Amino acid sequence: MEATTYNYKIVRQFAIMTVVWGIVGMLVGVLIATQLIWPDLTHGISWLSYGRLRPLHTNAVIFGFGGTAMFATIYYVVQRTCHVRLFAEKLATFTFWGWQAIIVLAALTLVMGYTTSKEYAELEWPIDILIAVVWVAFAIVFFGTLIKRKTPHIYVANWFFGGYILTIAILHIVNSAEVPIAFFGGSWMKSYSAYAGVHDAMVQWWYGHNAVGFFLTTAFLGMMYYFIPKQAGRPIYSYRLSIVHFWALNFTYMWAGPHHLQYSALPDWAQSLGMVFSLVLLAPSWGGMMNGIMTLSGAWHKLRTDPILKFLVTALSFYGMSTFEGPMMSIKTVNALSHYTEWTIGHVHSGALGWVAMISIGSMYYLIPRLFGRDEMYSMKLVTTHFWVATIGVVLYIAAMWIAGVAQGLMWRASNPDGTLTYGFAQVLNQMYPFYTVRLLGGLLFFSGMLIMAYNVVKTISVGKAVNDAPIPAPAHA
Amino acid sequence: MEHKWDGDLVELNNPLPNWWVKLFWITLVFSAVYLVLYPGLGSFKGVLGWTSWGQYDQEVSDAKAKYDPVFDKFMGQPVEQLAASGEAHDMGQRLFLTYCAQCHGSDAHGARGFPNLTDKDWLYGGDGETIQASISNGRSGMMPPMGAAVGGEQGTKEVANYVLSLSGSPHDAQLAATGKEKFVACAACHGEDGKGNQMMGAPNLTDNTWLYGGSEATIIETITKGRNGHMPAQLQALGEAKVHILAAYVYGLGGGTPKQAEPEAAAPAMEEAPATPMAQ
Repeated sequence: MEATTYNYKIVRQFAIMTVVWGIVGMLVGVLIATQLIWPDLTHGISWLSYGRLRPLHTNAVIFGFGGTAMFATIYYVVQRTCHVRLFAEKLATFTFWGWQAIIVLAALTLVMGYTTSKEYAELEWPIDILIAVVWVAFAIVFFGTLIKRKTPHIYVANWFFGGYILTIAILHIVNSAEVPIAFFGGSWMKSYSAYAGVHDAMVQWWYGHNAVGFFLTTAFLGMMYYFIPKQAGRPIYSYRLSIVHFWALNFTYMWAGPHHLQYSALPDWAQSLGMVFSLVLLAPSWGGMMNGIMTLSGAWHKLRTDPILKFLVTALSFYGMSTFEGPMMSIKTVNALSHYTEWTIGHVHSGALGWVAMISIGSMYYLIPRLFGRDEMYSMKLVTTHFWVATIGVVLYIAAMWIAGVAQGLMWRASNPDGTLTYGFAQVLNQMYPFYTVRLLGGLLFFSGMLIMAYNVVKTISVGKAVNDAPIPAPAHA
Repeated sequence: MEHKWDGDLVELNNPLPNWWVKLFWITLVFSAVYLVLYPGLGSFKGVLGWTSWGQYDQEVSDAKAKYDPVFDKFMGQPVEQLAASGEAHDMGQRLFLTYCAQCHGSDAHGARGFPNLTDKDWLYGGDGETIQASISNGRSGMMPPMGAAVGGEQGTKEVANYVLSLSGSPHDAQLAATGKEKFVACAACHGEDGKGNQMMGAPNLTDNTWLYGGSEATIIETITKGRNGHMPAQLQALGEAKVHILAAYVYGLGGGTPKQAEPEAAAPAMEEAPATPMAQ
């Protein structure tokens, strides 16, 4: 007999863990931001050293917080827009426990010092294999659900989710191809990349940039395509625009990776190609932003009173801003100034905090009450507070890093009449402290926002009741 | 559109915003032009013939033409004399902060394993010529593990105490006494009196200045495991004129010593001095 209810349990599990990993990941972020001001903060304890905590921070926020938010929303959205219960539910349960295990293992191994040293792909090979297995299970659940859908057409959010799941599988498996050194008499917990030298660098940044382009963009655009029209109560602005920017975005992102290797040993032609594709990426990225923002036509007044919509629309604004900034930074002459400076950190966080975190938080505020049989969060006032605290936090963070980064880049290249450098490295570093302090403040604000959210979620759960019988309505048009 | 999902999700089909389409075209046209001008399409070199190597070589040769005379003008003055020049000092300091401060510190006071350049204690010699040679060609200060040669764990402890006694540091007199005999193994480099040998960079052990640390435990570690200090050669990267100015700057930091007359039985020339004497 066909199921008549949606599987909300899996969504609930992931939704709650989103808040948990958000707090963990951002707490570690605050800690390492503090270490940059007071390097001896953790008394030289190796487990708490900056070099180990920094990848823990990025893994916890990207794969822990972002990944878990994405699982929660995908499992929710794919069911509701296909009008069917999840396919292969046991596999879905496996993806939950598997993914949590991956994050816990990541946290443990990274602080113990196990790393492949490839950015955003630091986890060692046993965990990489587990990720691949969980991901394949995820793909089966998602595409299986899509196949048995009751609607004739696939909803736009699901295109983005599907593209995302496919691409991440390819990126992860190709970039993580590695050989444990145990085969050569070394440790079982250390591996080296299957690629060497500049090939390794190219594969790594093909992966690395698409970790941003797919893990942190397409999945969250999918979220945007569901939660903005839902929360605003307005139709999607343009089906046509969604098709064009979907294909343009997916095609173009794949090529942009080499801009991470400007002025490196990478052949010139590959560098240029990376830059050119990054520039072309501007319009496809903005297509998504426009479609989201224009969806608010006729509902702009809601923005004044609805903090969830505030989160979602502010996220889109930051998305537009960072996807303008990214192509600019990929231009060789700009990159020569910005690369290796704090500007990059600012850019990443305007995307990570402003876009990814804000759209996820907004979506969670929509989702969580519905999973617990409530119309809205326990306190909408606290949602508004969270919004302002988070927004001020992001603005402080990225403004500080922008100024710091440009100053740093200019000071590094400043030279005296005799051609010697005007500033030594330590002198430039010395100028960074005020900005590091402002950044810490911004990070602290954003982190406190997550604590407010956690309180609100706990309260919502305690007054609500887990919904396990959400009925599947018949599709409007068969 | 007639499609409807999840109750109320519908899509309009507005045309693509005009400015957006134009923006897309502008980036596409720019890219096409760029790929004609610059390398980007596989082995096609681009009509401008630009390469990053070419850009680098051009910038370096421009800089050389502009700045080389600024540095070259000091070449005629010996290091000792140049150290007194204010202009050379300022230039030397800027070079030092860029190329040397990473290891020796902004104030040149060094760090563990990296010599202090402001004192009179020199591993290889503090006259202008030697400092310049150290910067130009680098140095490899290799002390082999000596634990076995001095009689294992006990012998190492005894020698360590003897070494401590050389500089009048607190030590166990009884251990030091037995250690003295075993110090013979060390004397080949550090000399019978422990005053070191600048020809091979063997540190003076009697002056209470320590490169790796002067505690009993650290000295035991040094003897047991040996040490391998490495200063990279700078001549190729910086060129003779900058090395010359740096040598003068380092000389002028306070530790420079005028060149002493060579003793009659001159030690072998620097080039022949074995960098790893014990390995022979």
